[in-house]
Amino acid sequence: MDILAQQLINGLVLGAMYALVALGYTMVYGVLNLINFAHGDVLMIGAMVGWSLLQAIQYLSPELPGFLALMLAIAGAIPVCVIVSVLIERVAYRRLRDAPRLAPLITAIGISILLQTLAMMIWGRNPLPFPQVLPSDPLHVMGALITPTQVLLLLLAAAAMIGLSLLVERTRMGRAMRAVAENPRIAALMGVNANRVIVFTFAIGAALAAVAGVMWGANYASAQFAMGFTPGLKAFSAAVLGGIGNIYGAMLGGILLGLIESLGAGYIGDLTAGVLGSHYQDIFAFIVLILVLTLRPSGIMGERVADRS
Amino acid sequence: MNTRYSLLRIVLFSLLLLVFPVVASHFGNSWVRIIDIALLYIMLALGLNIVVGFAGLLDLGYIAFFAIGAYLAGLLASPQFAVIVESLQMEYPAAGDWLLQLAGETVAAQGIHWSVWVIIPLAALIAGIFGALLGAPTLKLRGDYLAIVTLGFGEIIRIFMNNLNGPVNITNGPQGINLIDPVRIGGLSLSGEAGSGGVVHLGAWSVPSVNAYYYLFLLLCILIVFISQRLQHSRLGRAWIAIREDEIAAKAMGIHVRNVKLLAFAMGAAFGGVAGAMFGAFQGFISPESFTLTESIAVLAMVVLGGIGHVPGVILGAVLLAALPEILRHTVEPVQTALFGHIWIEAEVLRQLLYGLALVLIMLARPAGLWPSPRQEDRPLPASDTQAGGA
Amino acid sequence: MSRDTLLRVTGVGKRFGGLQALTDVNLAITRGHIHGLIGPNGAGKTTCFNVITGLYQPDSGHFELAGKPYSPTAPHAVASAGIARTFQNIRLFGDMSALENVMVGRHVRTHQGVLGAIFRHPAARSEEAQIVAHAEALLEFVGIAHLAQRTARHLSYGDQRRVEIARALATEPLLLALDEPAAGMNATEKSELRDLLTRIRDRGISLLLIEHDVKLMMGLCDRITVLDYGKVIAEGAPVEVQQNPAVIAAYLGVEAA
Repeated sequence: MDILAQQLINGLVLGAMYALVALGYTMVYGVLNLINFAHGDVLMIGAMVGWSLLQAIQYLSPELPGFLALMLAIAGAIPVCVIVSVLIERVAYRRLRDAPRLAPLITAIGISILLQTLAMMIWGRNPLPFPQVLPSDPLHVMGALITPTQVLLLLLAAAAMIGLSLLVERTRMGRAMRAVAENPRIAALMGVNANRVIVFTFAIGAALAAVAGVMWGANYASAQFAMGFTPGLKAFSAAVLGGIGNIYGAMLGGILLGLIESLGAGYIGDLTAGVLGSHYQDIFAFIVLILVLTLRPSGIMGERVADRS
Repeated sequence: MNTRYSLLRIVLFSLLLLVFPVVASHFGNSWVRIIDIALLYIMLALGLNIVVGFAGLLDLGYIAFFAIGAYLAGLLASPQFAVIVESLQMEYPAAGDWLLQLAGETVAAQGIHWSVWVIIPLAALIAGIFGALLGAPTLKLRGDYLAIVTLGFGEIIRIFMNNLNGPVNITNGPQGINLIDPVRIGGLSLSGEAGSGGVVHLGAWSVPSVNAYYYLFLLLCILIVFISQRLQHSRLGRAWIAIREDEIAAKAMGIHVRNVKLLAFAMGAAFGGVAGAMFGAFQGFISPESFTLTESIAVLAMVVLGGIGHVPGVILGAVLLAALPEILRHTVEPVQTALFGHIWIEAEVLRQLLYGLALVLIMLARPAGLWPSPRQEDRPLPASDTQAGGA
Repeated sequence: MSRDTLLRVTGVGKRFGGLQALTDVNLAITRGHIHGLIGPNGAGKTTCFNVITGLYQPDSGHFELAGKPYSPTAPHAVASAGIARTFQNIRLFGDMSALENVMVGRHVRTHQGVLGAIFRHPAARSEEAQIVAHAEALLEFVGIAHLAQRTARHLSYGDQRRVEIARALATEPLLLALDEPAAGMNATEKSELRDLLTRIRDRGISLLLIEHDVKLMMGLCDRITVLDYGKVIAEGAPVEVQQNPAVIAAYLGVEAA
């Protein structure tokens, strides 16, 4: 039972990070019908910038409470990620809005490579140890252990998700986002500036990814130029699982995928009589993705896509 | 008159191809080795071209078929099978003994060492089957979803190759498989006999091993080019292009889209498998590191950069992007050292930068590639998103 | 129930989410006829069309072609059974030549595969030659043989329409279904189209036609089915249909008392 509780906690933590990144994927998909392949690397940029900021903060004011240092790092990572993401949209995606669908995807792949290579040039090839600014003594919750970093992560994720739903449901910009996601042409006729909404969407997604990135680095105590790719893919799978284009779907999908991965990795040894071990963890996300797209492409919360050609 | 000039050009080009290794050998083995690898990439790019270029299916996990071919060579032409038997005996003694019985004492001790003439067709066949298997779930998916799912498959295969070293050691995990047999033609090893220093002795001639492989790979490439062209200009090729252009109209015209797509996956995969088997034999050693997503993307970059769907363009893209890292290594690094005293950007980093830039710039500025088909038909510009499903 | 009935569909129903697009639609096309399908916008004509040709899956309905039931579950099977179609927004293979487009139409009646493609043995070469010849003949039939090598996306709208028709004819259909073939045409072009369709009918191919140009339909069709709000409201010879009060009401609205 203890193991179960631990796996659940781990899954929740992992899921929270996936949810944050999945939101970026799903929102962009909602307004542009595009998979932003490079979004995972925005998470990486958030982590790397956060790392640099923490180095600076620790050097300049070492007595600053860890919590504040971390929040400052996040606050600093967010603008960088937003700028990067908005630039990508402006320079690459915008030009290809009417291009055949493969073009934006291939471009996104190229951008992903560029981001990773630039990060490699700036921060080096090797993983960097992420400063542990919060106390590392874990708390005991329901028979499982959870570190303060993880608690902060869950709190931040919850706050972000609540904030986002308020934004989308209650504000003018949120309404505009929903309108553009439904029907860009009509939205434009209603006076919505589609471009501005799209930029805003990229920005919000990037901000969430920045938070996820810094907390990922803090949680795993490491950051590296290639770290964003796999989480990005998994977050995308989570978005599809929850129903691509649906914000609540992304949140649900993220948490679910985190739990699936964690429980799966924990029990796969038992389930397969030792043939498969926990290092097969990464394939769960892909299997989920393949199953969802084959069996129920609209995801958990997506609308049933009508049989239209 | 025109045909006389083209014939002349073909003859000259062929002479150049034939003579190249002889000339390059004077500068050491490395240039020919670079071209050997480039030839393998050409095979890969041509295989992917069938899937992406002809049929319009963006496969991001293509390198998995390269891996399958390579590991097939690794299992069937090396001592690895002996390791498998031994490992099986340790974990599951009953099964291990059964396998020992089945394989016989010699094989169990030394591994399977089948000839390349068996392995090449087997690699094509098995990779082809996997191509159809992995393609099957993607048939109803829209372009970008198809890409991600194929990417997932590629990763799954790599993860398996990386982890199938326990409980029973099949692939030897991250360490890879060593001592893969070189290609043997009529008893003559293309890697040279032991102690010959990588030189093949045929009667009075002695030829460096890399040169021998050059001619073999060149032959295989020509074969694959020939098959590609034949496929492209046939009923099947037209069906592929029809699906790429407008899947709904293709269906309405009676094309069995499902089967035709599976054929595209299978044929493309088969080429990849053959290239993989050759890679294994050539290097003598394989590990999962050679079969990462980066490689899938590299092959895609070659197809995209060169000219999607246009065979000569794809070859150009493959040569450029395969030879590029080596050219960079020989030029950029010494230049930087001379100018700045040390290396600011390593060749490896520069290569990655250029890959990324190539993909982005080509898509933005010249989506048809560097050398697109003069004949409009080969230039894919799918009119609209015509696939249903995929959310 | 006559054996002259080429296509018979009965009880067709189709629903999209909350919208019942078709309700209990019956349609019978006599062999050798040109059969029209008309109705106000949104009546469900294209939906009905798409169901018959296998592009949409119906919720209910029985489908028979030349006395044999067919299942409209897959467009390629429908083409194989003998129904070919054109599209409202012309769907050519843009980067292929006109000739190649029509050659694709031969796919369903030919069978060379991978081996034939690679080895080009005599049977394969002969089939390929036949495909080319057949396609050339069809381009000639529709009047654009001189455009055979032109890239399809560079053709004029009217010529593209002809290529599409030629391509559909290449499948050797029993029934040719055309979705608004006259859309965007001027009077001359419509007249030429009418001649072409008549010539097709004279070749023994029956036609199903959706069109908005009522005059064209009246002059061309042997029978007309009228849809409104997904239901059949009239069916018969053009003259009868034209005078049917329900039809008039559907198009013009019920007259104010």
